[in-house]
Amino acid sequence: MTGANSFSVSGYGPERSTLARLFARDSVARRLDWPILLAAIALSVIGAALVYSATRNRTELNQGDPYYFLVRHLLNTGIGFALMVGTVWLGHRTLRTAVPILYGISVFLILLVLTPLGATINGSHAWIVLGGGFSLQPSEFVKITIILGMAMLLAARVDAGDKPYPDHRTVLQALGLAAVPILIVLLMPDLGSVMVMVIIVLGVLLASGASNRWVLGLIGTGAVGAIAVWQLGILDEYQINRFAAFANPELDPAGVGYNTNQARIAIGSGGLFGTGLGKGSQTTGQFVPEQQTDFVFTVAGEELGFIGAGLILVLLGVVLWRACRIARETTELYGTIVAAGIIAWFAFQSFENVGMTLGIMPVAGLPLPFVSYGGSSMFAVWVAVGLLQSIRVQRPMSA
Amino acid sequence: MTNIPETGRTPRVQIRLVIIQILVVSLLGTLGGRLWYLQIREGDAYAKEASGNHVQQVVSPAVRGSILDARGVPIADNETRLVVSASRTDLLKMKDDGKAVLAKLAGVLGMKPKDVMAKVRLCDAKTPQPCWNGSPYQPIPITDEATAKQALQIRERSEDFPGITAEPQAVRRYASPGDANTAQVLGYLSPVTDEEIKEAEHTDSPYLRSDQVGRSGLERQYDKELRGKAGVTRYEVDNLGRVIGQAKSDEAKPGANVVTSIDARVQRVAEYELNEAMKEARKQHDRNTGTNYKADSGAVVVMESKTGRVVAMASNPNYDPNAWVGGISGKDYAKLTGKDSNYPLLNRAIQGQSAPGSVFKVIPTAAAVNAGYSFNGPYECSSSYSIGGQVFKNFESKGYGPISLGRALEVSCDTVFYRLSHEEWNRDGGNKPKKKAKDWFYKTAHQFGLGKETGIDLPNEVTGRVPDRQWKKNYWKANKDAWCKQGKKSGSYAERIAYENCLEGNRLRAGDSVNYSIGQGDTLVTPIQMATIYGAISNGGTLYNPTVGKAILSADGKHIQEIKPKSHGKLPMSRTTRDEIDQALAGVATRGTAAWRFGGWPQDKIPMHAKTGTAEVYGKQTTSWFTTYTKDYTVVMTISQGGTGSGASGPAVRKIYNALYGVGEDGSIDKKKALLYQPQKSLPKIEPDGSIDAPKIKKYDPIKEQASERNQQQAATGNDPAATTPSPGTGNNRDNRRRAARRKKRRRTT
Repeated sequence: MTGANSFSVSGYGPERSTLARLFARDSVARRLDWPILLAAIALSVIGAALVYSATRNRTELNQGDPYYFLVRHLLNTGIGFALMVGTVWLGHRTLRTAVPILYGISVFLILLVLTPLGATINGSHAWIVLGGGFSLQPSEFVKITIILGMAMLLAARVDAGDKPYPDHRTVLQALGLAAVPILIVLLMPDLGSVMVMVIIVLGVLLASGASNRWVLGLIGTGAVGAIAVWQLGILDEYQINRFAAFANPELDPAGVGYNTNQARIAIGSGGLFGTGLGKGSQTTGQFVPEQQTDFVFTVAGEELGFIGAGLILVLLGVVLWRACRIARETTELYGTIVAAGIIAWFAFQSFENVGMTLGIMPVAGLPLPFVSYGGSSMFAVWVAVGLLQSIRVQRPMSA
Repeated sequence: MTNIPETGRTPRVQIRLVIIQILVVSLLGTLGGRLWYLQIREGDAYAKEASGNHVQQVVSPAVRGSILDARGVPIADNETRLVVSASRTDLLKMKDDGKAVLAKLAGVLGMKPKDVMAKVRLCDAKTPQPCWNGSPYQPIPITDEATAKQALQIRERSEDFPGITAEPQAVRRYASPGDANTAQVLGYLSPVTDEEIKEAEHTDSPYLRSDQVGRSGLERQYDKELRGKAGVTRYEVDNLGRVIGQAKSDEAKPGANVVTSIDARVQRVAEYELNEAMKEARKQHDRNTGTNYKADSGAVVVMESKTGRVVAMASNPNYDPNAWVGGISGKDYAKLTGKDSNYPLLNRAIQGQSAPGSVFKVIPTAAAVNAGYSFNGPYECSSSYSIGGQVFKNFESKGYGPISLGRALEVSCDTVFYRLSHEEWNRDGGNKPKKKAKDWFYKTAHQFGLGKETGIDLPNEVTGRVPDRQWKKNYWKANKDAWCKQGKKSGSYAERIAYENCLEGNRLRAGDSVNYSIGQGDTLVTPIQMATIYGAISNGGTLYNPTVGKAILSADGKHIQEIKPKSHGKLPMSRTTRDEIDQALAGVATRGTAAWRFGGWPQDKIPMHAKTGTAEVYGKQTTSWFTTYTKDYTVVMTISQGGTGSGASGPAVRKIYNALYGVGEDGSIDKKKALLYQPQKSLPKIEPDGSIDAPKIKKYDPIKEQASERNQQQAATGNDPAATTPSPGTGNNRDNRRRAARRKKRRRTT
């Protein structure tokens, strides 16, 4: 920011440098939400370090190159950043018009997962293998299209000034729009993503101003649905076991409870300052599974200690806090809803991911936004950052 | 942009956004709190758990220390043997629980498949030996006598023998130098149990799964010293157990050597002569029962009079302690512990108790003097003594007229002691005992150390019994119900006794005091107690706790911890009384009941003292007791159902003395022939490399000896530094020798 100032001072006259123009008064750059952007970058970089630490010795995964995952994580971050820039450039309002197309594509992709093209990774049948070591997890993008689609429907009449709140019909339409991909994802089954999507729908409904009955109704339906899923045996055994292990971690330390137990030992042994990057015995010894993806937070806990792990929580807090501000400050319901959906998504997914490593949430295969290794997730969260930035940049500037 | 109405900011939406914000903050707060709890509050505990997680321990057992005789001859050490073991966990992973592998292994080892399977099954209440008593996670030894060829066969085709290992291991060996097997004194080892591991977990010498633990004898008494400390190498491992680094390690500390006061040569003589005496007794006819003597068991103790150190201790029946090495076979186990075994595992010198008979008489003698009777008397030695119609006879119903207490000891006159004891009983109130009864005869027995352990450094010593008033009361309380049920006024002998006991078994009766005065009735003593008492008379009155261990020597010989003689009291008698008794006991050997056994003994050079005892046991043949001492040694022998004291045990004891002092049949002393003319003072030396200077030992074989006496030079006294025994664990070359010895001995014991 200081750099930007100096440019604007020196750069008077018609031929201002591009950088100076970029940071000119009322320019896009000046109106960007820098805390979110910097926090997101910081999280991604910390994530890169953690992913590197967790994978440098895993020759069976990294093909002998200790930097394999580090490079890819940074590459993903770069692509994600570009997607964010693209999103800001297009603007969330432009995207509003493209929502039907995007929605269609994303639903098509998750349907593809159900075809033989889909692949099962870590018990989740949620992937499309693209070849060349790349794979796609379409449910990550569905999260965005559900937010955009519901926001479009719910905000249409309100933003047009017709009504103060979305009516029942609109709410029903919006719910229907969300239900289709959620059910498909449930069939995969990718329970973690379903949970996130349900929470997104809840956040969206809350922010839309839909009547309390809808909100309470949705919570009730969610509860009933959860019980039904449990009772009807839709869950696989491993999923039931995950919950059982959560309820009683000492149940079977060598089996189901192993992951959570080892995760907690890893984090707990970190202490205040941690063992130092690359020096954690739990991490080096690969006692915690999925350490570069779902359980990446344990690496932070062990090797960076309370200071480092706490910093990750603070950075996530910065992103969420600024996002809340964006949601409140925009005058347009559409932007508010989109921001609220993203908040619900980030908040729940972070809570679930970190919570399961700390033993206060059951295990579900969800990545930690920005930090976990994984392209689809990384791209999706950066697009979401782009949407937040766009809402902020394009908000009517109050006098 | 400005024309967009502010509908997005309706109060409802605004409130809900605040709610969302609060939710978000509280979720993150929850995570932060939990993170603090795990990392800061519980951090230390988790750090500990993490280090336990990734560290694997590999235990290398310490070499167990040797047990040496007084001159350094190993009586228990180790040898390297090829041990074939099976891992149960690996076998159970196979479809047929490893049966095929074990059968194949049996073929290679030349064993029956059935026997191999029996060895790897786990022991429980219903499973007979052989079975595995140790941890199921520990490799189970199948044989420790594998040949190099067999081991090679197993190793080269390891894929054919999953879970089977063949490795050289240090295995306990009971060397039996010069055929002295010392079995009951040495004891034996068996694998540690889960309970013991748990119990010792937090002590300063915790057990390891692979540990063998001493179960009896010296192996148990000095287990901690002998065991040493196993080495532990700690490896850092990953979740699959792959080694990723090495952590702090502790080196194995070999066990210390225990030097005993046992002299293997004397031990051999004691064992041999005890066995010969019992064999001889079995040839003798017993007039009372009309059959030959059974001589079912016996014991002999050779002790240093001035220190209480045990030079030899033999118990018969005997057994081969090597039977325990590498897991005991079912047949051997039955032979050692079965009902028909006569319990050879018992060390009868400390665990066999019986009525002492006349060897007890030194106690009533001292008691009488303490009660105020004069030593010189005279006291009437009649042929019998009667109380209210009940007649108590003198032995062989012979009278000697009025005599002193000393002479009463010499000729073992019972009636003198009957009378004195009965008189004291009357003085204490007779059937209506005084509240403060003096009980001189009983008190003195306690002061002599009877009725409790001598404190010898061997486990499970028994106490014997002084049948005093208190004991009678307790015994009656425990048994009166059975007696009163069984007793009949006019039934069989046993029924009449039971009837009598039911009525007045709680009281000390006149007859009890009379029987007690000559070591009969309910009196019980152990050979070691008698040795302690006679040793004390010899040394001037100090009751030493007998010791077998003499010193603990570290494996490199640098650290020496001597085991000093300790006493548990003084004999309750004045110097004069001691001297008078001493003289009387010398009289026993020269002109009394034992004189015929010490004909030609060089009494002027080596004054011999003795007391004979022939104890009667209800329903059995008489017990032979023979207690003797010189100024340096005390020798006590007893043979159950063996006949008279001097008759059955006399020759054997004489021969032990002959060997100790080098005395010939004609009474000449040849110090060169003497095994141990004076007790061994110096300790054997252990070199820093662990080797021990130990003399070679010749087998004691009196028959052969006599034949070649003139031609052959006999074993010299003292140390012979020429021979060196290799250190434990390097004894490869001794395999064959030992195995041959073992086979031979097995044949003999069967």
